[in-house]
Amino acid sequence: MLTKRIIPCLDIKDGRTVKGVRFEGLRDAGDPVALAARYAREGADELVFLDITATNQKRATLVALVRDVACELDIPFTVGGGIGTVADVEVLLLNGADKVSINSAALARPELINELATRFGSQCIVVAADARHHETDGWQIYTRAGTNNTGRNAVDWCREAADRGAGEILLTSMSNDGTKDGFALDITGAVSRSVSIPVVASGGAGTKQDFTNVFRQAHADAGLAASIFHFGEIGIRELKEHLRQDGIPVRL
Amino acid sequence: MDIAVIDYKGGNVQSVLFALERLGVQAMLTADHDVIRRADKVLFPGEGEAASAMRELRAQGLDELLPTLTQPFLGICLGMQLLGRHTQEGGGTDMLGILPFDVVRFEGSPEHKVPHMGWNTLQALRTPLFEGLQQEDYVYFVHSYYAPVGHYTIAQTEYPAPFSAAVQHRNFYAVQFHTEKSGPVGTRILENFLKL
Repeated sequence: MLTKRIIPCLDIKDGRTVKGVRFEGLRDAGDPVALAARYAREGADELVFLDITATNQKRATLVALVRDVACELDIPFTVGGGIGTVADVEVLLLNGADKVSINSAALARPELINELATRFGSQCIVVAADARHHETDGWQIYTRAGTNNTGRNAVDWCREAADRGAGEILLTSMSNDGTKDGFALDITGAVSRSVSIPVVASGGAGTKQDFTNVFRQAHADAGLAASIFHFGEIGIRELKEHLRQDGIPVRL
Repeated sequence: MDIAVIDYKGGNVQSVLFALERLGVQAMLTADHDVIRRADKVLFPGEGEAASAMRELRAQGLDELLPTLTQPFLGICLGMQLLGRHTQEGGGTDMLGILPFDVVRFEGSPEHKVPHMGWNTLQALRTPLFEGLQQEDYVYFVHSYYAPVGHYTIAQTEYPAPFSAAVQHRNFYAVQFHTEKSGPVGTRILENFLKL
């Protein structure tokens, strides 16, 4: 039976993990390769690397990181953050990334999704959608690291991305991100019902039960989180054991 | 041991090269017919779209060469599907015809999304390729098309109906999942292949 996936997310700046990682037993907690290898050993199903570097050296350091991770890691990983062209995607895939996620560039020019899917196959094209809830307008899509409201309805945009050939949706609720109050079950469920491709839920995970809820109530295919894993608040193995007890299929 | 990894611009070959490196073996990424013919083992990875992959194989004459190979051969993901006769992908595409299966698309449903993406279990394992594995071991899949179960099937997986997770005919072995991305289980399968 296909299992639900647990995906730790690593924020990368200048080739290093940021957002604070407090792990015992890692000689250098800022080294993304060491952290990735640890997560893989603990049973992570996939990893996401989100590059937030703003410098001109961004591309070179990211490519070097992708090579190092691919060389070391025997589970799949996605790379995202400021990826905007076919050439960007090509160099990352050639260096060993399994999937590439695009966000602002896809909203600026949605045809990019078609071009990437045709060129590289849908299986490696993830569309990351950042959504925020508004009292009057419902869930709207933001770009440029959450600073720009596109005015697009979240479900409509995710459906368009799927129709254009995306292989997966990485849906982050900005309204829940960092709250640890749980995933946004309503929008995750609405998107999951509206598209025929897998949906990764992100933003708000604080407890093991939050993952049970997003899989059972919102039908997410995968759950992504950062800080709860980085700070060791929840171990991946204990999370998966909890899910299995709740009757959710997981790889243990 | 000389290992040839076939280069036909079929996607993520780097991961396969890295996986072999982790096992301490150096592989040659090549489309050179003589190098491929002389290799002790041949790996045929692939991702992406079947019609463009077939165009590239034909352009390099590999569609003629591959069926004549006699050393242990391992197709991975699209590299497995291309060994079949025909696929629905790309509006219908004829393929290498080394194995007698026709590749079809998953129908998909709200409970069974397409692509079939993630970790799923193996059943009905046979042949030395799966030496040391357990039934229900997990491997990583990403695909929208599949080969049905037949006499050539040496491992199967359910999504929701059973399909071929691995196939074999003579020296030609192939797996639908990504051995190079399937953790210790995938590594064991690659090791087993290198011992064939």
